Amino acid sequence: MTVTLPPYEDVVARYEPVIGLETHVELGTNTKMFCGCPTDFGGQPNTRICPVCLGLAGSLPVANKAAIEATIRIGLALNCTIATWCRFARKNYFYPDMPKNYQISQYDEPLCIDGWLDVEVDGELVRIGIERVHLEEDTGKTLHVGGATGRIHGATESLVDYNRAGIPLVEIVTKPIPGTGALAPIVARAYVTELRDVIRSLDVSDVRMEQGSLRCDVNTSLNLPGEEWGTRTETKNVNSLRSVERAVRSEIIRQASVLDAGGRIVQETRHFHEDTGDTTSGRSKETATDYRYFPEPDLVPLAPDASWVASLKESLPELPRLHRKRLQTEWGLSDLDMQSVVNAGAVELIEQTIAAGTTPEGARKWWLGELARRANETGIELAAVGASPAHVAELQRLVDEGKLNDKLARTVLEGVIAGEGTPAEIMTARGLEVVSDTGALTAAVDEAIAANPDVAEKIREGKVAAAGALIGAVMKATRGQADAKTVRELIISRLS
Amino acid sequence: MSDVTRLTATEIAALVASGDASATEITQAHLDRIAAVDDRVHAFLHVDTEGALAAATAVDERRAAGEELGPLAGVPVAVKDIVATKGVPSTAASKILEGWRPPYDATIVTRMREAGLVMLGKTNLDEFAMGSSTEYSAYGPTFNPWDLSRIPGGSGGGSAAALAAYEAPLAVGTDTGGSIRQPAAVTGTVGAKPTYGGTSRYGLIAFSSSLDTPGPCARTVEDAALLHAVLAGHDPRDSTSIPQPVPDVVGAARRGASGDLTGVKLGLVREFAGEGAEPGVMAAFHDAVDALTKLGAEVVEISCPNFQYALPAYYLIAPSECSSNLARFDGVRYGLRVGDDGAKALEEVMSLTRESGFGAEVKRRIMIGTYALSSGYYDAYYGQAQKVRTLITRDFTSAFERVDVLISPTTPFVAFPLGARTADPYQMYLADLYTIPANLYGGPGISVPCGLSEGLPVGLQITAPTLADDRMYRVAAALESAIGTLTPGELS
Ligand SMILES: [Zn+2]
Repeated sequence: MTVTLPPYEDVVARYEPVIGLETHVELGTNTKMFCGCPTDFGGQPNTRICPVCLGLAGSLPVANKAAIEATIRIGLALNCTIATWCRFARKNYFYPDMPKNYQISQYDEPLCIDGWLDVEVDGELVRIGIERVHLEEDTGKTLHVGGATGRIHGATESLVDYNRAGIPLVEIVTKPIPGTGALAPIVARAYVTELRDVIRSLDVSDVRMEQGSLRCDVNTSLNLPGEEWGTRTETKNVNSLRSVERAVRSEIIRQASVLDAGGRIVQETRHFHEDTGDTTSGRSKETATDYRYFPEPDLVPLAPDASWVASLKESLPELPRLHRKRLQTEWGLSDLDMQSVVNAGAVELIEQTIAAGTTPEGARKWWLGELARRANETGIELAAVGASPAHVAELQRLVDEGKLNDKLARTVLEGVIAGEGTPAEIMTARGLEVVSDTGALTAAVDEAIAANPDVAEKIREGKVAAAGALIGAVMKATRGQADAKTVRELIISRLS
Repeated sequence: MSDVTRLTATEIAALVASGDASATEITQAHLDRIAAVDDRVHAFLHVDTEGALAAATAVDERRAAGEELGPLAGVPVAVKDIVATKGVPSTAASKILEGWRPPYDATIVTRMREAGLVMLGKTNLDEFAMGSSTEYSAYGPTFNPWDLSRIPGGSGGGSAAALAAYEAPLAVGTDTGGSIRQPAAVTGTVGAKPTYGGTSRYGLIAFSSSLDTPGPCARTVEDAALLHAVLAGHDPRDSTSIPQPVPDVVGAARRGASGDLTGVKLGLVREFAGEGAEPGVMAAFHDAVDALTKLGAEVVEISCPNFQYALPAYYLIAPSECSSNLARFDGVRYGLRVGDDGAKALEEVMSLTRESGFGAEVKRRIMIGTYALSSGYYDAYYGQAQKVRTLITRDFTSAFERVDVLISPTTPFVAFPLGARTADPYQMYLADLYTIPANLYGGPGISVPCGLSEGLPVGLQITAPTLADDRMYRVAAALESAIGTLTPGELS
C-alpha cells in the first residue's frame, strides 16, 4: 500500500505542532551510580560489574555523590529549582538487561524542577521550559544472536552485557513546546544542540550521540488552530542532531496524513529509522506496563544542603550562549559569520586554535574551509576529522612564516589527517618547504625564459601580466615549492 | 570434658581464651551434635563442616601466635540461610536459589569472621523469610526441640531450633515482622531485633527493605548482647545503616543481670494485654511482670491506639517491597532456570522460572504487593499503609516520653502443632501481631523467656526507642536473672 504523504509546508499551514523532548545524558563520573565499578566506554562484555550492578541477591545500592553534584549543576545551568528534599524511586518492569528487574530512578520527587533554556533560532531567542531533571541508572545491553531479524523473537541466543548497567543517567524533560509552527523541527534540533553544549561546558559528560552518551526521545502532537492539543506520540531511537530534526518533521507529516484521512492518533512509542527517515510503531502505550513506582527503600532521601547548592551555582562556568557572544565580539565576526561557525560545530575548535597562537582569521579559515569540507564529505564530526587545534595552529604558523604556501599547506594537512605526524614533521619528511633561495631558483627561471621566448619577449615589452605563464612553468618545475613572489621578482629583474 | 554444647557462648569463649579447649574441639563437638540430632530437628539446610573446621583452626593458630582474640573468638554460630555467605550455598529456603553460592559475604558475616566466630552452616527458614512457622521452607519444615510435633516459629525457626537443640550456642536471624523474636519465644531462647539501621543489611537477601533487620539469637541475654556487639555498627555499603556508635548492649546486659531495676519505668501495652492471646501466655506474662516489679521496676499501663492497624499496614508494605525485591529472580543471571529449551522466548523462560521456583506463600505476597503498588491503588493501599506507619511511630515516641521501654507478650500463642495454621494465612499472620509494630517504627525489640504454658515456652517482648538497644538488654537480663533460662527435655 502506498500512502501519498502531504507536503510539509501544506501540513504546517493547516496544523499546529506541539513538541516535547526527553533527553538522557550518561554522566562521565569515574564510577557507576550505585557501586564502585568503572564507567569508561568499551571493555570486554561483563568485565565492569560487581554484585551491586549485577543485582545479586543481598547487594545494596549506595548513591554516587559526584553524580548527584553533576545533576544539580545541570539543573542550575538550566535555571531549575533544586529540591531541598527528594527521593529515588523504583520503576518496576521485567527486562533481561535490567539486573534487578527494576530501575532505580526518580518519580514524583525529582532533584531539579521547573527551569528553562534559551535557544537561538534564526537569530531569535526561543525559551524552552524545563519540566524536570532527574537522576537514574542505565540498563545493560541485550544482544540477540542468530535468527533473521536480530530481535528477541527468532533469535537463537540472547546475550546480555552489564557493563553499562548502573552508569548514572540524567533525564532532562522539557515542558510541552507549542507555538513554533513550521520551525518545530529546527527548534527541536536547536534545543538538543544547545543542551549538549551546556552539558559539555559543565564537563559532566562527553555528550556524544553516536556513542549513546546523549540519547533523545521526541514527543510530537498536532492540533487544528484554536483546538486542544492532540494525542502525542513518543519517537525513540533518535541518535543524531540531524535525526532530531528529521524525526519531528516526519512525525508531523505522518500524523497529518492520518488526521486528514479521518483517523485518530494512537498514543504510542514509535521508532525512528535513520536510513528511511520514517518512524514506525513500537509498543502501544494504551496497554503500557504499570511501572508501580514507589520510593526506593534501600536509599535514604536526598537533601542537598543549601550552601552546597549555592556554591555549585557560584562555580558554574560561563554558559555557551553567553560565551559565544563574548567570542563573537573578540573575533570581530558578524552575526552571520558567527552563525556559520556555530553551525559547523567549530566554536571550541577555533577557540582552542587561537589559544594555541593563531589569529581568529587563520583559525577560522582552516576549520570552516578545508576541514569542514573534509568532515562533510566523510560524514563525521569536525572534532573527529583527524586534525587537532594544535595542528592547525602550527600549520598556520608555517604559512605565516612563509615556509608553506597555501597549496603546500593543504598537502601537509592531508598528511596530518592521515596521521603522519605534526605539520612541521610532515613538511620536513616530504620535503615540502617553500624554496625562496634565489640562487636555486635562478636556474629554473632561466630555463623557463629559454623555453618560452614569446612570453619573455612580451614581458620585455612591458606586459608584466604575462609573467604568470612563466611563474606557472617555474612552479611546475619546482613541484610547487617555489615561493611565487620571489619567482616573479626574479623573472622581472632578468627581463628588464 | 563435659558436654561443651550445653555451655553458653560466654563460657565457650572463656575456655578458648584460656586454652582449656581449642576452637577445633568446640566446633567438632557441635558438628557431632548436629550429626546426631539434626535429622530429627532439621534446623540446618547446609552444614559447612570443612569451612567451620578451617575457621576454628585459624582461631587456634591465632591464639597460639599470641594474638589478641575478640570476646567471641572460637564460638560456633549458625547463620540463617537468607544471609549471603561467600562460596557457601545461600538459598533463602527457596527452590529459585537452589545451588547458588554467592561470590561475596554479607557485612555481618565478614564481621563475625573477623571476630573469630566459627560458622557451622546455614539454617532453615520460611521461604524468603515469609512465614511464622518455618513450614513454608521449600526444603521441608524445622521441628521444635521442645516438642517435635510443633513448629519452632518463623521465619527464623532454624536458627532458634539450632539453639534449643544445642546444635549451636549462637545464631543469626533476620527480623522483618518478628522473625527473630517469635521463634525465640516459642523455643525458649533469646532473640533480639536491633534498631533498624543498627546492623547492616548488605548481603541479606531482601524481603522487605524498609523492615529487614539482622540480629542475634542465643540462649542467654548476655550471649545475645555479645553477638549483637559483633554484628552492629555503621556499614558504608548500606545507605540505611546509621553512622552512630553502637549502644553498649553488653554493659547493659551485665548491669541488668545484677537484678536491680530501680528507677526503670516499664510501659505495659494495653492493646496487647489480653485480647487474642492464649490464657497460658497471659498468665506467664503477668507472673513475669510481677517479677520485674519485685526487681524495682515501675510498671504503668500505656495505650498505643494505632497498634491495632499494624498488622494490616505490614501486610501491604512488606508484600509491596517484596514484589519488587524478588523481581530479580528470573533465571537470567543465576539460580534456577526453567524451560530454556532453545525454543522458548526469553520472557517465557523468565515466567516459567518464577512459576516453578517460588512457593505458594511467596507468590501470594508478590501478588498482594503488585496489586497494592499498581497505578490507581497505590494511594489506597501502599500510601495509606505508610500513613499508618507514621501513626505507629508517634504511638511509640509519645509512649517513650513516659516510660523507658514497652513490654508485652512476644506472640499470642505457644508453639502450635505443624499444619495447624497453614490452611488460613490470617491465622498464621496473627503470630506476629505483637512484634510487627517495632518493625514499622524501626526501634529495637527483644524476646526473652518468661515461663512455661502447658510445658511450652512463653516469651516476653521488650521494645525500646531507636538507638536505645541497651535499655532492652538491661531489662531482659534482669528478668533472666529472676526467672532463669528454660531448658527443654531430651529430644524424643
Ligand atoms: Zn558494579
